[in-house]
Order: sequence, then C-alpha cells, then structure tokens
Amino acid sequence: MEIIAYLIPVAIFLGVLALAAFFWALKDGQYDDPDGAAERILHDDD
Amino acid sequence: MMDGGALLAPHPAAAAPAGEAACFARREADGALALDALVEGIHCGGCVAKIERALGQHPAVISARVNLSTRRLAVRWRGADALADALVAKVAALGFKAVPFDPMRLARADRAAESDLLRALAVAGFAAANVMLMSLAIWAGRVEGMDPATRAMLHWFSGLIALPALIYAARPFARSAWRALRAGALNMDVPIAVGVTLTAGMSLHETIKSADHAYFDSAITLVFFLLLGRYLDLRARGQARSAAERLLALGVRTVTVIGADGTAATVAAERVAPGSIVLVAPGERIGVDGTVADGRSSVDASLITGESVPASVKPGDTVYAGAVNLGGPLRLKSLAAGADTLLAEIVRLMEAAEQRKSRYIALADRVSRLYAPVVHLMALLTFAGWWLLAGVSWESALVNAIAVLIVTCPCALGLAVPAVQVIATGRLMRRGILLKSGTALERLATVDTVVFDKTGTLTLGRPQLVALGADRGSLALAAGIAGNSTHPLARALARAAPEARLIAGVREEPGAGLSLATAEGEIRLGSRAWCSVDDAPDAGMEMWLTRPGQAPLRFAFDDTARPDAAAVIGALKRRGLAVKLISGDRRPAVAAMAEALGIADWQAEVRPAEKAAILGRIAAAGGKALMVGDGLNDAPALAAAHVSLSPASAADISQTAADAVFQGAELGAVVELLETARAARRLVRQNIAAAIAYNLIAVPVAVLGFLTPFIAAIAMSSSSLGVVGNALRLARRKSAWK
Repeated sequence: MEIIAYLIPVAIFLGVLALAAFFWALKDGQYDDPDGAAERILHDDD
Repeated sequence: MMDGGALLAPHPAAAAPAGEAACFARREADGALALDALVEGIHCGGCVAKIERALGQHPAVISARVNLSTRRLAVRWRGADALADALVAKVAALGFKAVPFDPMRLARADRAAESDLLRALAVAGFAAANVMLMSLAIWAGRVEGMDPATRAMLHWFSGLIALPALIYAARPFARSAWRALRAGALNMDVPIAVGVTLTAGMSLHETIKSADHAYFDSAITLVFFLLLGRYLDLRARGQARSAAERLLALGVRTVTVIGADGTAATVAAERVAPGSIVLVAPGERIGVDGTVADGRSSVDASLITGESVPASVKPGDTVYAGAVNLGGPLRLKSLAAGADTLLAEIVRLMEAAEQRKSRYIALADRVSRLYAPVVHLMALLTFAGWWLLAGVSWESALVNAIAVLIVTCPCALGLAVPAVQVIATGRLMRRGILLKSGTALERLATVDTVVFDKTGTLTLGRPQLVALGADRGSLALAAGIAGNSTHPLARALARAAPEARLIAGVREEPGAGLSLATAEGEIRLGSRAWCSVDDAPDAGMEMWLTRPGQAPLRFAFDDTARPDAAAVIGALKRRGLAVKLISGDRRPAVAAMAEALGIADWQAEVRPAEKAAILGRIAAAGGKALMVGDGLNDAPALAAAHVSLSPASAADISQTAADAVFQGAELGAVVELLETARAARRLVRQNIAAAIAYNLIAVPVAVLGFLTPFIAAIAMSSSSLGVVGNALRLARRKSAWK
C-alpha cells in the first residue's frame, strides 16, 4: 500500500500543473474573445 | 444613440462632426495614440477581418484589433490625434458604425472581481475533485476494511489539499460575512462561513487525533458549489450592467460651439455654457436646448413630442436636444442647463415617478432574508439539544450541528435564480434584446397590460408615400426634384419612384421646400405655405408640387407601422394581455394606426406628464403595465411603468429609463421578452420549490443526527446540479416568435 504515498503526491502535482496552466491562460487573455478566436483561424490572409 | 440615424432615414451629415473621435484618443506611455470604439453591425469573423485589414493598411496604424465577443475595436497609431476621425470614417465606409468611448468610464472593478471569483472557483474545483477521490477510497475502505493508518494518511492528504484551497477559495464568503457581522447583521454568507470554518477546524482536530470524523470533502464541495452560484450571479448582473454601459458610452454627445472670434470648437454637450452659440449642421441631432439665433430649417422632433410631422423653425423659436435638424444650418443660443427647459421638466417627472414606484425586491432576496436567521437558530438548537438534552459528547453534537448547516446551505437556493437569469439573459441577448435591470425578468413575468407609444415604437418613424393621386410623369418629376434633399419626406418621395432621374439645378430653401427654375417658370415642391396652397387643419404629412399653369398636386405620407406590429398586437391579445396605445401625436394619425392594428383602447395628444399619470392610474388599479416607448416624452411613463422597454433607436434618456432595450425593426421582441420572462419565472419557482422540498426532508433528518456532513454535502451537491439542469431547459426552448 506504500505505493499510494507516492502516487497521490504525483497525481496532485499533475493537477496543480493543470491549474497553473488555467491561471496562465486566464491572465494571458486567452478567454477575452472566445468567439473571435474561433473565427480568426478561418481568415488567414492578413 | 445607437442607430437613430439609420432608422430616421440616412442623414449624410449625421456622422460625427469633425474632431469628435479625436476627443477620445489617448496618448500611451510609448507615445503611440490609442482609441477604443464600440462597433455596431459586426456579425462574424469576416467583418472582423475586413475592419482589421482596412485599418491596418493605413501607414500610421500600428495595430488594429476587433474583439468579436465584446464588439470593441482597439486601434493604436503614431502621429496626430486628428487621425482618429479618419479611422472612424474608414470603418464607417465599410458599413459599420464605430462609436468611440472612454474605457475609463466603463467600470473595471467588477471585471477584477469576476476573474478573482473564477480563480477561486478553479482552485475549489480542483481541490474538491481530488479530495473526493480520497473520500471514495475511505468510503470503500469502510466496507473492505481499511487499516486505520492508511485512513489517517488519506485524511492527512485530504486536509493538505483542502485547507489551503479553503483558505484561498472561501475568502469571498468570509469577507462578506465579516462585513455583515461587523455591521451587526446576518446575511446568507454568515452560516456558510461559520459552517465551513467549523467543519474544517473539527476535521483537522479529528485528523490529528486519527479519529473518524474528518469532513474536508464536505467543506470544499460546499465552497465549490457556492462559488459556482456566485459566479453565475455576477455574470448575469455583469451582462445587464454592460448593456447599460454600452448605452451610456454611446450616449456621449459633442456639439460645435462658435466662439466670439468666430472659431469653431468641439465641446461635450453637457459642458456647453448657457448663452453659447452652437452650430447645428443639416442632418445633425441637436445636442442642447436653445433658441434659434440664426437660420431657418425644419426639425424632426418625433423623439421629443411623438409628433411625426417635422416642424418649421425660425429665429426666436425654441428647439430641444434630441431633435434632428432636417433643413439648413442653424445657430442656436443655448439655454441655461437645468433651467425651465423641456428636458429639465422631463427629468423631474421621471425622478418623481421613480420615487413613487415602490422598490421591487427580488424573489431570491425575499427568501434569503427569512432564511439566514432560521438556519442559525436550527443549527444552534441542534447542538444544544444533542449536547445538553441527549447528553452526547460535544464532538458528536457539533457534527450534527454542522450537518444541519451544510444540508441547509443555500446552494440550490443560491443557484436557483442566477442560473435561470444567466440563461435567460444570454438567450435574449442573442435575439437583440438587452436587459438592463436585474429584476426586469421577474417584473416582466407579472405584466397584464402592454402600453405602446406610436411614433418610433409601433411605427419605424420613417414616412412613406401613400395615396398615389399623381400620374407617373408628375411623380417622376417630383421624385427627381426631391432626390436633391435630405428631408425625410423628400427622401420618401424619392424612394417611391426609384426609376426617376435626378434633376439638376434644384435650390433648397431650408424649412420650406425646393424650387427649380425652368423656361416656363418656377416649379416648387415643399410645404403648403411654400406652394401657396390654402391652410387646412390636420393635414398630416404632405408635400405639394406646383407647376406653372397646372393645379397644385398633393403627396400624402404616412408613418408606416413596423412590419410585424399587427401580428404582435394580435399575439399579445391572444395571451390575455390588455393592449393600450398612448401617443403625443395628432388624433387622426393615432386613430388610423389604432384601427389598422386593432387596438380599441387608445388616446391621442397626450402630454408627457399625462402619460406618466395614466401609468400611475394603471398601477393604482392593481395593474402591472409594460410600457414600450422611445420618445423623450415617453421617458416619465417608462420610469413610472411597472417595467419598460425601448427600441435601440430611442432617445438616450428613454433608453436610460427603460429596463430593457431591443434592437432591429421587429416588434416581435415584445412577445419574445414576455414569453422568456414567463418561462424564467416558471423555472425559478420550480427551482425554489425543489430547494424548499429538499430542505423540508433533509433538515429533520440532519437535526435528528442521521446525516453525516459527508452525506449532507452529497445531497446538497446533487440538489444544486438538479437546479442547474432544470435552468438549462430554458436554453433549449423554442423561440416564441419567428
């Protein structure tokens, strides 16, 4: 059963990474214009 | 004004006077200039690309970016700030209306609060998911026989995740609860803060003792669901507020003031000193109340008085802000602000009406006012009862009290209203209806009478030629002459004969009519007086054509109803609503409109104060009236009504007074709004009933000690999910109109 003593911290660490990624995205303005970003990819002429 | 120009026939000179956009250009730290503008008419990525490419081609522009979600344009350039006008004109040339605004005017604080809440929500969600995994292991362990050391370790892990997350994520509740307690009051956040603190503290105590009663999972799930409700609520209110902000930002108006030395300067309308000379270009909306010092013209005052026939003005006449100058340039001597002007009178009436209107208290607030004290009392009684009467240990008594606090936690109640509001607001916004007030939906659902204004509300405020008494040749001649003018009647005439060729050499006498010199003599097109025809009362909207040696010819115009007006009135009647028409316009015009649309209950020539008084009488008789109006003369009535709606073409002050604003030419928005409000009310009631029923079952169970805080948290969570799921049904509903 000792294995969970390692597995749980590893799992939590991975979760924290995802949380940090979300915070970065929020701060970076990735959610400022969700509609525009979806459409922009279709117009590649600029 | 959002698109008043578009609805009141295109006025070529209605674009901002030179220098208006430049007022909003800001110099940034690196020396570049920046301008923010709201852009009307963007629908897709194609529009965005078009605007960005056009602006990017300008050599001075550093960057141009359009946000499709907020319809905002941010452009930066190097050089003179006067370039701002050229850039706005460039956007206008593409067919979009860009309205510059000052981003400082739009509140930033709430945006910060929203992202703070979102961050807390993310942390709570992450912690809740991880703690729940361990709780499942502990639960499974109870059945399978987990050794106490492993269970203690899992408790420690849960605590290590949950405690920091709780400290971070529960701050919004702790702050609010602390504020309430310091003010000597109770609010919904007090039981939440107390419950969470007690649960976390006791769980830590139990974990240190390697005992059984650790409920980190309950505390963190509770906080997660509460934050979700809080976030949705903020979003709903944010949407309502940003709609109001949009209107405010668009309402900023500037006027051209002529100085003593003859130089022209652009000044914000509210800063014009009394007695200043203000120049109003043809087609421009008048920005200040004033008397005409020089110039003759006709003004369209339909937004102010509801009168659909343009009025002629000459030096000495008083004109009011909001009217559109249709003829030649006018110089106005501005009147003292707050003096005995029409606007001041209307603002006074509006304030009086708003004071009379009892402050509506949202259903959720009424419920929660009762809720918090009852919950506290119940938890306290549970603790005292178990500890003192039943004689169990204080830990067990506390566990039962905590279970009561958690199971009654106002999650479902807190989500019941905001979840429905967010979905209803979003649904209406997609159909071009902006809700400005948070309680508008609840008030709309109780409406039993719909009161309409005529000009600009039931009608488009755009005259059309009727009664074609003229032969083709005369019509072509008249249309050819009329094509030279921007007067709405002349434009209507030109529209009626699109094949007519434009005639050169036409001279316009502002406020009177057009004339064309020919070999046989002068041909005149214009008002009755201009064409020397005898005066007649109640002639309505008309133009006369006189030719040498021929009898004068009359063209009559009518302000046509919105295309779906009759169908909407019918639909409202079928839903059992009383429909009234109250207009400031002349009797014959109102009578004809009422007849055409099938409205039996109508009143004409009603002054603004009377309109408000009529709505006051409806309210006194117990009626709940929805007022739909656009004019300045409707503003007091909009404020006096139980709930009110304005088209986006309405006067600024009316849009401010109204609870909701609809865009577009279709009146179907009224039906859609009422239907959505009723559906939302049904869902809110179902949700609150479900939440109360759940509490009625869960609370006695918790008080009697049959519920551990963990099961209480599960029960609370599932009731919250049920409430949100029920609210989502509103998004899937078919539209009531179209």
